[in-house]
Amino acid sequence: MLIEDVRNLICEHIGDDVIVAEELLGLQPALVIKTNMIREVCFLLRDHEQTWFDFLSCLSGVDNGIQAGTFAVVYHLASIPYKTQLTLKVVVPNDRGTTLPVVPSVGTIWKTAEWHEREAFDLVGIFFDGHPDLRRILLPDDWEGYPLRKDYQEAEMYHGISIQ
Amino acid sequence: MIFPVNAALERYRERMDSLEPEEMVINLGPQHPSTHGVLRLELITDGEIVKEVIPHMGYLHRCFEKHAESMNYGKTIPFTDRMDYLASMNNSHGFVMGVERMLGLDQKIPKRIEYIRVLVCELNRIASHLIAIGTYGIDIGAFTPFMWCFRDREHIMNMLEWASGSRMLYNYIWIGGLFYDLPIGFEDRCGEFITYFKPKLKELEALLTKNQIFISRTANIGVLPADVAINYGCSGPMLRASGIKWDLRRVDNYSVYPEIEFDIPTGKGEMGHIGDCWDRYKVRADEVAESVRIIEQCLTKLTHEHKRTPEFDPRALVPKKVNLKAQDYYVRAENPKGELGFYFITQEKSDIPKRVKSRGPSFNNLSVISELSKGVLISDLIAILGSIDIVLGEVDR
Repeated sequence: MLIEDVRNLICEHIGDDVIVAEELLGLQPALVIKTNMIREVCFLLRDHEQTWFDFLSCLSGVDNGIQAGTFAVVYHLASIPYKTQLTLKVVVPNDRGTTLPVVPSVGTIWKTAEWHEREAFDLVGIFFDGHPDLRRILLPDDWEGYPLRKDYQEAEMYHGISIQ
Repeated sequence: MIFPVNAALERYRERMDSLEPEEMVINLGPQHPSTHGVLRLELITDGEIVKEVIPHMGYLHRCFEKHAESMNYGKTIPFTDRMDYLASMNNSHGFVMGVERMLGLDQKIPKRIEYIRVLVCELNRIASHLIAIGTYGIDIGAFTPFMWCFRDREHIMNMLEWASGSRMLYNYIWIGGLFYDLPIGFEDRCGEFITYFKPKLKELEALLTKNQIFISRTANIGVLPADVAINYGCSGPMLRASGIKWDLRRVDNYSVYPEIEFDIPTGKGEMGHIGDCWDRYKVRADEVAESVRIIEQCLTKLTHEHKRTPEFDPRALVPKKVNLKAQDYYVRAENPKGELGFYFITQEKSDIPKRVKSRGPSFNNLSVISELSKGVLISDLIAILGSIDIVLGEVDR
């Protein structure tokens, strides 16, 4: 199934305004989805008989940089019956203030997303709305800051231990 | 709207503070031989029954993704070796393949290099599965397979050390080529090993596969249905044991795998249900035999069609500087433990990536442990954890 067919399927079932942008030029084409609709799109793609994207390969949180002022979450889906792959993206603006960028959780669709979302929360600082257990996963619970952000400053001390 | 960032942490603490009178918390790990590394499992138990498992990871977190953002692609290869340190060749193969595809080099790599890559990767796959089988035996009380597996693995370690100069962390597969050609005589030595190893494999099977104690401990334990396995992102032997024929070497047909004959073993539920611990063991044991077949075919090719020539330079295509345009690419490869993925976001005119996310198979396979171990005995939890075959270097990265 080509990416055009997936796009038409989403437009037909959910609406024309769901797909914000398309990236068709690279090695792997991607669809940028409206942030608050990602869960509906994922449900459709997982359960529709023409797509069956039943396997979430990877979920990555990305900091697009200080100049861009946005964060992104990239979903790499795979279909085991059809042996196809698809990339979805959502882009969230954020000013790096006290509030975190918020993206709906897809943990109810693919359970594997739960740990990946915890990792993205832990390292990039993206809040996943509706996640049942959004704790830090790799770093200690009391760690401050999000290390994979481009403006991350290493702390000098951790529990009285110098870490620089 | 302000979202409660610490709500889940408070919920977790509240849960641990308000246990029922019959509940008891048992802390398994991080220093426990059956957790195969520094994994800590917090068990909420009722007598011998496990009610809930809460895994805690991160003890071996070595900031792979942060490191990868600060150095160029070639320098990152040694760090990929340290992720799944039992299958370093396969890790660097996956990483290198991604960079080569972004560079457009992947079709230009000489066949000899590809065959050497597949040869060392399959040797490493056998080594990794031998550890999985051996330590699984010791987890549930069989000591001999552990010693036999380590004895045979040592031959592979020695051979790979001969080729790359290092015993476990090789840095042998480079972007566009290899560190060195195979040492002279390697093919013969490898052939000798295969001749030696085939009967040993039969011995190992006789020791474990039909062993009644082993079957009682593993059959019908930790049954993982196929739909649950897919939903939790399990891959590799975990997914195949649940009856799904899914092997990226065949699905993606990367490297020279399309030219090589091999079968994909799947779980058949011979001793119990499809997807139980015994099936996961059996799939690994069968895969070792398939890897032996692949190695034999590679050796034939490397000594005939693509044999050693004096002018062959394995570094001929290695780029001086990896110059990529801004793009993103997700590459996946079949590791001994499952689907290893790297997601690259590159920067324009820079050989340092903007973001590298690695998807470790152990990380995803481990996430199913809470689901698999609801209501099992503590001793069965050890059997389930061993059958998942995790490497903490890759869970924590």
